[in-house]
Amino acid sequence: MRFIDPHIHMSSRTTDDYERMKAAGVIAVIEPAFWLGQPRTNVGSFIDYLSSLVGWERFRAAQFGIHHYCTIGLNSKEANNEALAEAVMDILPRYLSKEGVVAVGEIGYDDGSALEDKYYRAQLQLAREFDMLVMVHTPHRDKKAGTLRSMAVALEMGLRPDRVVIDHNNEETVRDVLDRGFWAGFTLYPQTKMGSERMVEVVRQYGSERIFVNSSADWGVSDPLAVPKTGRLMLERGIARKDVEATCYGNALAVYGQSGQISEAHWLAPAAVDQRQLFEGNSVLRGQEPQVGAVAERNELADTTLPK
Amino acid sequence: MATTDIPTAATTPELALQQWLDQRLAAPAAHWLRDNVASLAGPDAGSVDRHLYRCISLVSRKLGKAPLALEPAALALADRLRPGWDPAHWTIDQAARIRLLLATGADSDSFVRRLDQLCATADIDELVAFYRGLPLYPDPPRHRARAAEGVRSNMRVVFEAVAQRNPYAAEQLADEAWNQLVLKAIFVGSPLHLIVGLDQRANAPLARMLGDYAHERWAASRTISPELWRCVAPFASGPLLADLARVLERGSPAERAAAVLALRTSPQPEARQLLDRHAALRDTVAARGTSWASVLEFI
Repeated sequence: MRFIDPHIHMSSRTTDDYERMKAAGVIAVIEPAFWLGQPRTNVGSFIDYLSSLVGWERFRAAQFGIHHYCTIGLNSKEANNEALAEAVMDILPRYLSKEGVVAVGEIGYDDGSALEDKYYRAQLQLAREFDMLVMVHTPHRDKKAGTLRSMAVALEMGLRPDRVVIDHNNEETVRDVLDRGFWAGFTLYPQTKMGSERMVEVVRQYGSERIFVNSSADWGVSDPLAVPKTGRLMLERGIARKDVEATCYGNALAVYGQSGQISEAHWLAPAAVDQRQLFEGNSVLRGQEPQVGAVAERNELADTTLPK
Repeated sequence: MATTDIPTAATTPELALQQWLDQRLAAPAAHWLRDNVASLAGPDAGSVDRHLYRCISLVSRKLGKAPLALEPAALALADRLRPGWDPAHWTIDQAARIRLLLATGADSDSFVRRLDQLCATADIDELVAFYRGLPLYPDPPRHRARAAEGVRSNMRVVFEAVAQRNPYAAEQLADEAWNQLVLKAIFVGSPLHLIVGLDQRANAPLARMLGDYAHERWAASRTISPELWRCVAPFASGPLLADLARVLERGSPAERAAAVLALRTSPQPEARQLLDRHAALRDTVAARGTSWASVLEFI
């Protein structure tokens, strides 16, 4: 089975992760622009980071046979530095039309401060101007109220709900999101957010329409194999294969495919993986033999069994 | 369609690009490009930057990335308009991005500033386009640092946009940067015969560096590109000639053939003696018409 991880921060991950993901069937990833764990202090850091999302990281993923897409935006935490946020808003238009940019995101609320609200709205406006989709990050704290507010503001700003993904849902938010016509992303985290077992029950209860899963793996404790592992668990627990495929692959493709920037043709009619694109000595493949054509199967890396 | 159908040949590279794109793009795409070229060339310079950056990013979405697939007549025109310019492997997005960039005018201060800005936020395909466009930019010496930066890229396609089928580097780079380009090509396994000006820019320090590199590889029991010897032989004497003798004795068929090609360019009498010692190989290489472009296939 093929998987798409539609929310994963690969810049924070190793080449081992890329190898394991490829072996486990992950064919494409979407990397949302977010914060780096500590606040940036100047706009130049944003320029270099956003450039790496459309450049170096996309290139790096390709070496492992994984198609890399991204979303571009100012995250909610750093929206609280107003001078910086203004400067970032100035440079965002330079990235939104780049190849492989599927949405404005991840944007939304963290504390729910006035500045977060200001830049969430400003970026929703930008999405309308550029005719783009939106990926919304919902807050860790006061999640339900934050989720409702995110949707209300998106509608107020004139976004169509079928062009907006509300991410990091749980059992308490999913009904409201689906009822309003938005797409519902679920983040599978080993310790916080959703677990795979709970996710199986969500799909059992709500079905697979407009629901899809992601790992949001980043620099913290997280699991870049969360999507294939959850897909496997769903199958083991008797979820219909079509629902597993929808929640772990097809729905992400359907919603982000509206951008015209991600398409199944990219991997069904692919250019051969060519790891000769790498540089010895200063490359991601230090000392290994380049693999040309298909990336070799590494079964020992692809164990998607859930820890008991 | 052949460019010979066009009644008047373009008189500048940017007009040639426009003509080729007009021939290949569907009408809405061609209009999009023409409209934007016109607005970038207009008098309202204040808004040019933002408009240019947006247009250049939009190119792949609006025009696609199919090969430009130029006919021989078009390639001949390219070489007439800008000697050494070789767009044989250009794609539509690359041609259109360079067309848009050139539409902003020839003031080199503005041009360099915009190119720096564009490169700072570029995706991979944009970088390839900007580096392939180097021979067409105003005030050529001002882009030397940009070219050297491209040579430093860790993305092979970007490096090769400067290094291969591009006359800019040989024309403009100082020896230090040029030598890095050749060393890097060898280092990453990029073919040397696609580097424009390789023989003209050969120099003694480069030959020495390549000889040292060969010894490193031998010490590690690793293979060496046969093409390496091309840049060594014109300056080979003493230990470097001994290296070539070693290749003739112990190299792979392609390496031995490369040593023959290399030694033919050496002014040293010892080179002639070495070739005489391997007369059969020398004569086979000559009889087959083996060249630097085909030596890797010599068996």
